[in-house]
Amino acid sequence: MSLTISPEFEKKIDDAIAHYPVSKRSASLPLLHLWQEQFGHISDEAVTWIADKLELQPINILELVTFYPMFRGQPFGKHHIRVCRTLSCALGGSYETHACLKKATGADGDDHGPITSPDGNYTIEFVECLASCGTAPVVMMNDDFYEGVDSAKAQELLKKYQ
Amino acid sequence: MAAPQRRIIFKHIDAPGYTNDIECYIKNGGYEDLKKSIKLEPTAIKDEVKKSQLRGRGGAGFSCGMKWGFIDAKKVTKPIYLICNADESEPGTFKDRQIIHKDPHQLIEGMIISCFANSVKLAYLYIRGEFPEGAKILERAIEEARAKNFIGKNILGTGYDLEIYVHRGAGAYICGEETGLIESLEGKRAYPRIKPPYFPAVLGLYMCPTIVNNVETLCNVKHVINMGGEAFSKIGTPNNTGTRVLCVSGDVNKPGYYEFECGSLTMGELINDVCGGIRNGGKLKAVIPGGSSAKVLRAGEKFKLKQKGPDGAMVEKEITLEDIPVDFDSFAAVGTMAGSGGVIVMDDTRDMVECLANISEFYAHESCGQCTPCREGSLWMKKITHRMAHGQARKEDTALLKNVADNIAGRTICAFGEACSWPVQSFIAKFRDEFEAKAKTSKNQEEVVEMH
Repeated sequence: MSLTISPEFEKKIDDAIAHYPVSKRSASLPLLHLWQEQFGHISDEAVTWIADKLELQPINILELVTFYPMFRGQPFGKHHIRVCRTLSCALGGSYETHACLKKATGADGDDHGPITSPDGNYTIEFVECLASCGTAPVVMMNDDFYEGVDSAKAQELLKKYQ
Repeated sequence: MAAPQRRIIFKHIDAPGYTNDIECYIKNGGYEDLKKSIKLEPTAIKDEVKKSQLRGRGGAGFSCGMKWGFIDAKKVTKPIYLICNADESEPGTFKDRQIIHKDPHQLIEGMIISCFANSVKLAYLYIRGEFPEGAKILERAIEEARAKNFIGKNILGTGYDLEIYVHRGAGAYICGEETGLIESLEGKRAYPRIKPPYFPAVLGLYMCPTIVNNVETLCNVKHVINMGGEAFSKIGTPNNTGTRVLCVSGDVNKPGYYEFECGSLTMGELINDVCGGIRNGGKLKAVIPGGSSAKVLRAGEKFKLKQKGPDGAMVEKEITLEDIPVDFDSFAAVGTMAGSGGVIVMDDTRDMVECLANISEFYAHESCGQCTPCREGSLWMKKITHRMAHGQARKEDTALLKNVADNIAGRTICAFGEACSWPVQSFIAKFRDEFEAKAKTSKNQEEVVEMH
């Protein structure tokens, strides 16, 4: 697969690098975010491309992809569902929400990693504290944030994001 | 009844008609404190902050004036940086999210004033990756402030230049630790640095002096300037000045965020009067008072607290959980911490082993892996609590769990070691019966070799 980098995308990248006049390496995380938003995941080619752009070794970028939970080396489903797992949300029923989402989408696998539905529409992930403990349980559908997501609301969200 | 709320930081949050754009902020008196500040000498602003006795709102409660005092702009030859720590991720805490989404200019103004006071020309706002909308709101707010010449070159004709950029994290809790945050901002894995020598005030971002402040702390700076350090120090109680935003979650009828003068109410008033008591008519069992790292408090526990009597002499009083005044020093005195203000309430239907298993799973996931006691220990604490909570407890598990926890704290580069072992130590100390009972009902009959 050969990479096609549009001029618009490259401009976004250059603008991000300009925010770090002291050290280009600081732009690693912003570039990874931009890449993932554009292409869906961080491929081996992405690692090399970003490293070249920032005049770093590929390992300097790869070690970030493996360290930071939000970056992924594999493509996800069409919609990324993040369910908060941590204490306040668990007290509020997030495990039930998670189980309901799994059942409704047919996604199955180890609860501790991202799991994708057989039709590739949804990747469900149990994540740690999303910082909205007072409105537990909380869920993120892609970048959109939802509060008080019990099983009924979870079903509605699946209809909204198809 | 509890004292009424006193909203300073959250004054406009959720107010009808209040929006997060600059016009609305200015209409409500916004950026007037910045205009006032730039007429002052930077050292005069620092003096006001010192006088205010403002303490950091991120967790440790360190004096803001003292933190700023470590850096003397006149003597330093390197650039000085300021970073706003908006990596809010301590379980139970959700105050910064409100400020960022609903009143971002309050934070930006506080940040500009703080930068001016410390001769900072380049500042970063490190926001956690899970706040994509928050990052967009802040970026827009910075652009709006730039258009009004509050940020950029020659701010309001003073000759002072400042740039602020938003930097997004990517889901790692450890970035809330200030030296980990700095490493992350330098484009590396967020491995906390060892102190000494890497105190941010000396060797921070790019090995230059750096100030790292929490969102709420920086907002407070604006109000210190507004009312003067002396007046600010009169809010709350001595050494616990200003207000505190309390985030209450868990088994209460009205969870949410509330702002009170420090020390103006007790834990019992917070839970029963402000939050409407325990939900479903249950009884209070336990409270984690300052984010999940803070040591748990048990209902029915008795604490000894030294308080100033009416004649000014210190008297020791025996108090219950409900009597503890909500401030930094009182929580420290009862053996826990006010931390980040995240109060998690558990009712009497809760299984404490399950709650600890949940917390331990969080820490095992978030350990950065740099120090062996924490990397291995947090994982073992997760495994042991997990099997205890799932009917597989072994006879020696309670002792083993405590032993693991006891060997992490104090043996790691950063305070994550304490953060992951304090919950384990305190849950076992206060709910030992529940932990030991797990072995009795366990299906795990495996013979175990005695530990020596």
